[in-house]
Amino acid sequence: MPAENGNSENGDVGREETRGEGTVATSGNGLVDVYREMVMVRTFEEACQKGFRSGKIGGYLHVYIGEEAVASGFLSAFKEGDRVITAYRDHPHALILGAEPKNVMAELYGKGTGLVKGKGGSMHLFDVENGLMGGYGIVGGHIPLGVGMAYAQRYQGSDHITQLYLGDGSMSNGAFHEAANLAGLWGKEGLCPCLFIVENNQYGMGTSVERTTAMTDLAAKFDAYGIENEKVDGMDVEAVMEVAQRAADHVRETGKPYAVEALTYRTASHGAADFMEKYRTKDEVDEWRQRDPIGLLEKKLLENGELDEEKLEEIKGETKELIDDAVKFADESDQPDISELYTDVYAGEDEYLGEK
Amino acid sequence: MAETKTYREALRDAMVHELDRDESVVLMGEDIGVYGGTHLITDGLYDEYGPKRIMDTPISEGGFTGAAIGMAMLGMRPIVEMMTWNFSFLASDQIIQNAAKVRYFSGGQVEVPLVIRGPNGGGVQLSAQHTHSLENLYGHFPGLKVVSPVTPNDAKGMMLTAVRDPNPVIFLEAGALYGTKGEVGEGDNAVPFGKARIAREGTDVTLIAYGRQVSLCMRAADALEEEDGVSAEVIDLRSIRPFDEDTLVKSVEKTHRAVAVQEQWKWFGVASEVAAIIQEQAFDYLDAPVQRVSGAEVPAPYARNLELAAFPSEKMVANAARRTLYIEEK
Repeated sequence: MPAENGNSENGDVGREETRGEGTVATSGNGLVDVYREMVMVRTFEEACQKGFRSGKIGGYLHVYIGEEAVASGFLSAFKEGDRVITAYRDHPHALILGAEPKNVMAELYGKGTGLVKGKGGSMHLFDVENGLMGGYGIVGGHIPLGVGMAYAQRYQGSDHITQLYLGDGSMSNGAFHEAANLAGLWGKEGLCPCLFIVENNQYGMGTSVERTTAMTDLAAKFDAYGIENEKVDGMDVEAVMEVAQRAADHVRETGKPYAVEALTYRTASHGAADFMEKYRTKDEVDEWRQRDPIGLLEKKLLENGELDEEKLEEIKGETKELIDDAVKFADESDQPDISELYTDVYAGEDEYLGEK
Repeated sequence: MAETKTYREALRDAMVHELDRDESVVLMGEDIGVYGGTHLITDGLYDEYGPKRIMDTPISEGGFTGAAIGMAMLGMRPIVEMMTWNFSFLASDQIIQNAAKVRYFSGGQVEVPLVIRGPNGGGVQLSAQHTHSLENLYGHFPGLKVVSPVTPNDAKGMMLTAVRDPNPVIFLEAGALYGTKGEVGEGDNAVPFGKARIAREGTDVTLIAYGRQVSLCMRAADALEEEDGVSAEVIDLRSIRPFDEDTLVKSVEKTHRAVAVQEQWKWFGVASEVAAIIQEQAFDYLDAPVQRVSGAEVPAPYARNLELAAFPSEKMVANAARRTLYIEEK
């Protein structure tokens, strides 16, 4: 129940979210590939939860379970040379852009074979070669960076764009408002090809959108900065893909920012240590689970015959094997060499300025 | 070849030099373009380089500093003007949490070639909210470089180095000295970071400072010579991170006495660091405890007499030196 349960009574009057009509040119293997990708992300996240519970993964762990259609849908519009920046719920962005699951898992396990050599952990996945400019741990803090990256893309004369992912929680932060203001301003000159993607999963940690802002139409907040915007059903990957393609094309063509609020839901807890979930009811979670993005797509693909039970099992089996291998790789990899403590502090000749 | 120029002109020369040399250099800040810059450092550049390179920003320090970090991560070289460093608290999350650390937590996948510059310190009756010396704050964080030039020649030479550095550089200008003049090398006179300057040679006591307090130490050294026949050496640290320990230690090994001077508050300041380095590395050479001269432990006041009393004076420095020499204070 995305729109109903989320915002419809609280300010998005007259705004309609895009819902999938099966109009996206993703027939045949296209959608099956998207399905496989989403299953891979889900399986990866479940393996992370297991790793956290068994003490293999330290620090914080934030998984994307329930929100897969958002990253999968928007990244279907990613073109080589584009940039992606996000907050700390960043595993799917890295995986979908092409990082090997084994290197991502090794990062979470704190190993030298990790995506960032064991220096960042779950919240700081980077894969610059594939376009991922990072996951960031301070809510809202990465938003100005993404806007600056978009300016740089136009300043340097390319037609690339930046996909900037942000959560509903970050939109009460000053960094969001300052960055959105700059994006709107620079966009007037066609100098800010930034696609804002609001992953509205209804809660900033355990505080609902309704309890954090009197104006709960998050897309409409962009109006204040002259940034065109719309909403999409973030549980329906086809709908997301349709909006993503259209929005990305528009941003690429005009150099102006654009914002999409994807209404979604984190069926998993906020962090792996969030056991009680006092802030929401089991019924609410169950209700959203009815519209689980993977379940919805699976049903559709079975109905239209693009998948059958046998193929389904095959995909799930292959995915499980891939993630099992990733876990094994992470588990068996060595910790970073202790000399790595002192590298990468500074660029250039002297990487470290202290005593060893 | 050298020419006499003001600190302000020297800074501008360096930025023009780099704007001409490297297309990836842009300037950003509040009123730096059409208005010409609050301190007129960037006056005229908007007309010459246009709005894409000389970017007037909204009053939005966190936003534009963060955006500059993003630009730098994609290979641009922004020079951000903090109208005064007092406003940088609003951008400190960006500077500390992103600029300083992103290279490390990305496992070395990105660089942040960024300069943030502006006037630091007080002395012109701007009172509490517009008077801070932030070298110890920013100097605390690995990942940042922090410099504080006092001569016009260093202002230019260190700005050239700052723009070319692949790391975020906190460039603390002696705001009260923008109009002072000095000899400035022409062309590419880049001054490396991490090399202190012996501003005055001496044999009896070492006075250590950076930024505006170097001038104070020079005057105190003159007074010591005239009134007490004491020969004071003055060290201009120039750069807080990296820090030139060698020049400092060698000087103290020669003079056996040291006075560390800073405009900022005494506790947890750069002078404390100077004193610690000396006791760690030159303990056996010391003939007296290291003295610290700092500002009064109050928010900066407005009235001129109070403001003067809140900052180190020539007399305080000279008397601190006399204490290390066990001669009578004046």
